[in-house]
Amino acid sequence: MSKDRLDIPDYNSLFSEHRFVEQRLNKRQFEAPCSEQETAEALAYSQSAEYMEKNFNRKAVVINPHKACQPLGSIMAALGFEKTLPFVHGSQGCNSYFRSHLSRHFKEPTPAVSSSMTEDAAVFGGMSNLIDGLENSIALYKPEMVAICTTCMAEVIGDDLSSFIGNARNKGVISEDFPVAFCNTPSFVGSHITGYDAMMKGILSYLYERSGLEAAPGSGEETGEKLNVMLGFEPYTGNFAEIRKILEAFDTKYTLLGDHSGNYDSPATGEYEYYYGGTRLADVPLAANALGTLSLQKYTLKKTQDYIAEAWKQQITALSTPLGITGTDKLLEAISELTGLPLPASLLEERGRVVDALTDSHPYIHGKRVALVGDPDLLIGLIGFCLEVGMEPVHIVCSNGDVDFNEVKFKEEAEALLASSPYGSEASLYIGNDLWHMRSLLLNDPVDLAIGSSHLKFAAKDANVPLIRVGFPIFDRHHMHRYPILGYQGALNLLSLIVNTVLDELDRNNSGFNYDLVR
Amino acid sequence: MGLDIEANKKLVEEVLEAYPKKAKKDREKHYQINTAEAQTCGTCALKSNIKSRPGVMTPRGCSYAGSKGVVWGPIKDMVHISHGPIGCGQYSWGTRRNYANGTLGIDNFTAMQITSDFQETDIVFGGDKKLEVIMREITEMFPLAKGISVQSECPVGLIGDDIEAVSKKMSKELEMPVVPVRCEGFRGVSQSLGHHIANDAIRDFVLGKADLAETGPYDVNIIGDYNIGGDAWASRILLEEMGLRVIAQWSGDGTLNELEIAHKAKLNLIHCHRSMNYMVEHMEKAYGIPWMEYNFFGPSKTYESLRAIAALFDETIQENCEKMIAKHKPVMDAIISKYKPRLENKKVLLMIGGLRSRHTIGAYEDLGMDIVASGYEFAHKDDYEKTFPMMKEGTIIMDDPTAYELEELAQKMNVDLVGSGVKEKYVYHKMGVPFRQMHSWDYSGPYHGFDGFKIFAKDMDMTVNSPVWSLMQKKTKAQKEEASI
Repeated sequence: MSKDRLDIPDYNSLFSEHRFVEQRLNKRQFEAPCSEQETAEALAYSQSAEYMEKNFNRKAVVINPHKACQPLGSIMAALGFEKTLPFVHGSQGCNSYFRSHLSRHFKEPTPAVSSSMTEDAAVFGGMSNLIDGLENSIALYKPEMVAICTTCMAEVIGDDLSSFIGNARNKGVISEDFPVAFCNTPSFVGSHITGYDAMMKGILSYLYERSGLEAAPGSGEETGEKLNVMLGFEPYTGNFAEIRKILEAFDTKYTLLGDHSGNYDSPATGEYEYYYGGTRLADVPLAANALGTLSLQKYTLKKTQDYIAEAWKQQITALSTPLGITGTDKLLEAISELTGLPLPASLLEERGRVVDALTDSHPYIHGKRVALVGDPDLLIGLIGFCLEVGMEPVHIVCSNGDVDFNEVKFKEEAEALLASSPYGSEASLYIGNDLWHMRSLLLNDPVDLAIGSSHLKFAAKDANVPLIRVGFPIFDRHHMHRYPILGYQGALNLLSLIVNTVLDELDRNNSGFNYDLVR
Repeated sequence: MGLDIEANKKLVEEVLEAYPKKAKKDREKHYQINTAEAQTCGTCALKSNIKSRPGVMTPRGCSYAGSKGVVWGPIKDMVHISHGPIGCGQYSWGTRRNYANGTLGIDNFTAMQITSDFQETDIVFGGDKKLEVIMREITEMFPLAKGISVQSECPVGLIGDDIEAVSKKMSKELEMPVVPVRCEGFRGVSQSLGHHIANDAIRDFVLGKADLAETGPYDVNIIGDYNIGGDAWASRILLEEMGLRVIAQWSGDGTLNELEIAHKAKLNLIHCHRSMNYMVEHMEKAYGIPWMEYNFFGPSKTYESLRAIAALFDETIQENCEKMIAKHKPVMDAIISKYKPRLENKKVLLMIGGLRSRHTIGAYEDLGMDIVASGYEFAHKDDYEKTFPMMKEGTIIMDDPTAYELEELAQKMNVDLVGSGVKEKYVYHKMGVPFRQMHSWDYSGPYHGFDGFKIFAKDMDMTVNSPVWSLMQKKTKAQKEEASI
């Protein structure tokens, strides 16, 4: 291969060639560009405190937000169930966007269909689109359940899903017993996490209510329905494997409600099968007989939790994503309490190993000032992790943070958590703000590290802060979602990401003499 | 050598058997097997640019995607408001890779998501007042922005907002172009209407609004190149090397001024005819500017296009053109002699937007590869009329093919490479079928021009011949049966 190697520069080196630099300069005569001085001044201004004040005073425009819309989350929720086809009722472009967005993160296919509503449907309603869509999608993709969510178009014109599905049954397009769950997910309400919740509640309530079973909490222990576990809008397929490992160490029987790790981490076998893994549909009504339900995204899963507490009369333990040692301790205590089982020795040993790793690395992470961006539950987990290892959260932006749990706002809980540690004293929380605000924060009050999704890369670059990719979406790095971040193992993975970024930075910024071999 | 016409007809029939009656009847109209007759008669029976069937998993997007995502989004010195709820702008933020020089957030606003983030109150009370505030705030946040466009999302058109009135008022107040674009996602049947609506907005609000101090005999525009991975730059360099002066680049790495002065050119060169033909036709009518379609994929088509372009100018340009071709040809020949033996006779299935399914054929053929099936998401009749003559007999031509159809065809035709989008990509990875994402060049590129062809050839070889495919332990039929018991 190497002997006939040809010079083929990639886009980085190609466009830095002289001829392209010249082309760029020459093109400016037609661009009516701002002068270099104007641009330099505008750049400097955009970095200033004065600009930051204006930036924080804007009332209407949203710039680089860190949230997506409801139906995106609904699709993820639907893919957590066995042989379930997500169905988006409304404009077809939305569905193509959801499929692309999720596939860019997971590097996996996202099967989902749309009812392809167009202008005539905007006038007459989308009933015939929905009915034809059910007929076609079931014939082609052979799901065992269809899970319908809506786009803003269908919501604005007020389509009635329940009656449309009823009409599809009356017309014989689907049989009386073919399961079709649904939820309403207008994009002008909530975010991707509330959309996840809406679909999760839609599926659980639908499958339970149609089963005719009467919830008897605790009665399922003998048959295996002991504990239900929900991970929520979970961007890490690795977290599913980790929670399984933990539950299996407890030797408890459990049901994962909503497990999209099959669909989003399927093997390459030479054949594509549309549906992989997921919670068995038959297991959902049985889950009503479990002792209790453990939720690992209490802000995301609010309506689902309420439903389980009311309709299934179950004990609910709701946590935020259990990150770090303390977070995982809480997780294990919760499992132990819900199941009555002792803490497994293997996990305690694992805990010790990870704490050992933390002691090894603490000199490089202690006192590091960090900026955090993410969904509310992820942020609670990340804040907890930072505080327990001596990292100092400084700027925390949560675009979709206007949520509460047990009548406590996310902001209050996060602030109380920060106030509980000396390492939290520098932190400020920005709820409903966006990454353009974060850019001002990073430039005006610098930090050492930024932790968040790929969307944070622009602000991080402008402020020359290294970005540690955690959360959703991660488009520009591969396979990070395959490694868990929850549990003790997850804490080790997070630690490795962070400490090795710090060490890379030390090498990158070395002065020659301190390009150390041993660190 | 042609492909087996009858066998492929039968194959398509078999694939469409899976549909319910009504959908099957519709889908049959979107397929045609190329024949000698179809190659020459200039018409085709195949139906296109009509509604997708619900529930079939169409690859298509929407008008907003065609306007904001394709045409307007790359105009770098304007701020494009994704007007409506949060999602549309979020999903189209920086994913198309239309490269632009400049400083992001200062004098370049391409890879950004600027939105009105509609809440329920905006739906109930309307978003017009908010839109005004947004525009004022944009000028505060981005003082160097040269203009603003309003990219409408579905609710805007449904709740009866008057973005035209707001834009008119604010254009006066802010003393800059403010362009309302009615590209709500439910309009039309695909991205295509969004292109048209976006073109009309350029025509009505921008074109002809500025002057070019000095014009010259060699002034041309590049139209319909979105600079994916730097395509427009790799194209422009050839036109300039030939002695032409590119005065406007639409719209990849483009600026408001280039939209405004384009009417001063002597010739419009259009690459993506599907998405910008409306503009070149308008400029021909309104300003008498002739236009020609060109194709810079693969050396054969590039030589052909360069010569055709040069033929419209004087001898100096024609001589330059020949000199340039003579200079680049040995490099292109070296690329072909390296990669062709590794790619010869490989079977390719393409399903892309509205142009590349035919435009890239030459590049594949330069490498000795065979296109056995080709389809478009949102092409029109005229695109198909141009496609049939470029294809071998027996090639399957398809319109708006569904995920199911593509998967069945790729497997049954035993293709060596599929070129399509990110929604499709990972399906083929499961199947063990080499795949290139041909909308954003699979995060590579450029693919245009001579610089681009080198990368194209290298990428195709890398993907078709990667040893990773051979690591796959494909399930045997027996194993599958066992697993299903």
